[in-house]
Amino acid sequence: MNTPLFSVRDLRVGFLSRSLPLEAVRGIDLHVDHGEVLGIVGESGSGKSVGMLGSVSLLPPSAYVTGSARFQGQELVGLDRRSLQKLRGSRIAMIFQDPLSSLNPVTKVGTQIVEAIRLHDRKISKRDAMERAIELLELVAIPEPNRRVHQYPHEFSGGMRQRVMIAMAVANDPDLLIADEPTTALDVTVQAQIMEVLATLQKRLNLGLILITHDLGVLAGHADRVAVVYAGQVVEQASIDDLFANPKHPYTRGLIASIPNISEEKERLFSIEGAPPPLGRLPSGCAFNPRCTMAQDVCRNLDPQTTTDGAHSVACHFADDKEGACA
Amino acid sequence: MLTSGWVFVNNHRTVSSGQTSIFGSMHPCEGAKLEKGQPLTRFILKRLFAMPFLVLGIVTLAFLLTTVTKGDPLTAILSDRQLNDPEAVKAAMARWGLDRSLPERYFIYVRNLLSGDLGTSFVTRRPVLTDVLFRLPATLELVGAAMVIGSTIGISLGVLAAYFKNSWIDHLARLFALVGSSVPVFWMGLALLYVLSVKLGVVPGPGRLDPRASLPPTVTGFMTIDTLLAGEFKLFANALWHLLLPAFVLGWAVSGTISRLVRANMLEVLGREFILTARAKGAGELRVVIRHALRNTLVPTLTVISYSFAYLLTGAVLTETIFSWPGLGSYAVGAARALDFPAIIGVTLVGGIIFLLTNLITDIAYVIANPRVRLG
Repeated sequence: MNTPLFSVRDLRVGFLSRSLPLEAVRGIDLHVDHGEVLGIVGESGSGKSVGMLGSVSLLPPSAYVTGSARFQGQELVGLDRRSLQKLRGSRIAMIFQDPLSSLNPVTKVGTQIVEAIRLHDRKISKRDAMERAIELLELVAIPEPNRRVHQYPHEFSGGMRQRVMIAMAVANDPDLLIADEPTTALDVTVQAQIMEVLATLQKRLNLGLILITHDLGVLAGHADRVAVVYAGQVVEQASIDDLFANPKHPYTRGLIASIPNISEEKERLFSIEGAPPPLGRLPSGCAFNPRCTMAQDVCRNLDPQTTTDGAHSVACHFADDKEGACA
Repeated sequence: MLTSGWVFVNNHRTVSSGQTSIFGSMHPCEGAKLEKGQPLTRFILKRLFAMPFLVLGIVTLAFLLTTVTKGDPLTAILSDRQLNDPEAVKAAMARWGLDRSLPERYFIYVRNLLSGDLGTSFVTRRPVLTDVLFRLPATLELVGAAMVIGSTIGISLGVLAAYFKNSWIDHLARLFALVGSSVPVFWMGLALLYVLSVKLGVVPGPGRLDPRASLPPTVTGFMTIDTLLAGEFKLFANALWHLLLPAFVLGWAVSGTISRLVRANMLEVLGREFILTARAKGAGELRVVIRHALRNTLVPTLTVISYSFAYLLTGAVLTETIFSWPGLGSYAVGAARALDFPAIIGVTLVGGIIFLLTNLITDIAYVIANPRVRLG
């Protein structure tokens, strides 16, 4: 078996606080290959972004990361700063949730892309880098790129700014792109356009893409595999088709049930009762048990082991018990 | 004798919110209020148009303030013996216009002002304008050097304190700022002069040059520039060496406010998402901090620096007195001691105009530094 492009083993991310360390990511295992799209889905605060940022050391100093995150066989956890800087932006690129604040407001868009290029290619001239920036804007379908490179971020709409972010991310032809909620801050119609751009580029550049989202619906049609994250752990992982056809974890079923469907007439959208547990106040047993309609005594006492059936893994005591599934 | 508040226009030291004065916006985070669609030139013209009125306001205030001070300017004009001579007193009153009513004197002053006449000093018997222009370069040299030192220290400490928040560097920067902005400049000046010059002898004593040195020909009035123009590099070094301590004392006083403000703004900017983007691009920490974060705090930083200019002008009065610096400040102190009204008003006026110009330049710099109000 080849080494995967990017693999995470028992990754834990915690934050030092006054009283006790708070663990936001509690041992996750993931991997993504060249040309593969891995969706990571979970609610806000489930640790999905923190885990990915932690693996490339982009968290504030109060965070500590343990476990393993390997990129093309190279261990990233504990890697020296210089080597990380070389990887970030060249081999591993990232885009973030809010395109309105992700770009430097006082620097021209072209200059920001040029910076991304020249940080990793010292030999390229400014003029050539600017040519490349224009090509990149063209690649993400921004009209009039010749004029747009000389504009500031505030002269762009939200969707256009996210296109700029994508252009900047792929500037150095990376192997892996981590997209952290790339469409969350955008209008629905713009969301679809951005996903389109991302999907096209992913295929064209054969990118390994990690798509972090709280919206399972976004992943449908785009992701190859999906990891469902709850309270800092992967509770279910499967191919997208398998996951939708045969969801095993009650939380996954709840997420699928809460995707709005225009073909069905429902009075109210399904929602999972309650809220995820706050950091440091996890319930005993399965972290999901207080919200789970299937919870039994065993769920309240024992944290379930992850069981794997082919490419489908799940962490639930009643993974194969379809009865009592969420209505 | 030195009543605070009238020699120079502004003596506020703390940066309070929403503070505005007739000289324009004062809050470091505000800056120019350029409306959308307003070309920069029109904005500048508008500000320039307002300036004569502001200057007139300064003159009026200064004029009125001199009239409420107790004391008789005749003591400065006449000797003790002449004061007992009614004839001499009467002649002097007529000569200096002191026998006329206040409104009359005011209108004469303003009328003369329009033709560039700031009156004649009671003490030096020279035109105030000549005196002021002769003294101004020394002050500008001192204040300019203090500004460079104060901004450099202030910005560096602010950046370091924000980046190493809550570390010993942060605490040390806070202490340095606290001492700088709470210890009065005259005390700091005297203390440093005593320790560094008198006791340790590591810096020269008061004055702009070594007393034994022969002065270079006056071209600009700036000692550093004139020595260079004369090709006297040793003198230049001497002038620079003499400038160091007074400029440092003044600069330290303003670096406190600057470093605190830069720290606060840097903390805010360092938490913004585009900083994460820069790191994700593979930028090094130095680049992230300087190119991305500091560049984004430029507007409030510029404003606080220009704002501290007012304080520097005020502080220069005391610093010049302590360091025997023949500038506008020591001239103002002399004028105040002697109740030399034309000189007092003249100095106030020039100080006010310098302050107004600084504000204008800041506002223009603000527009240039912030692309969101710049006009394409």
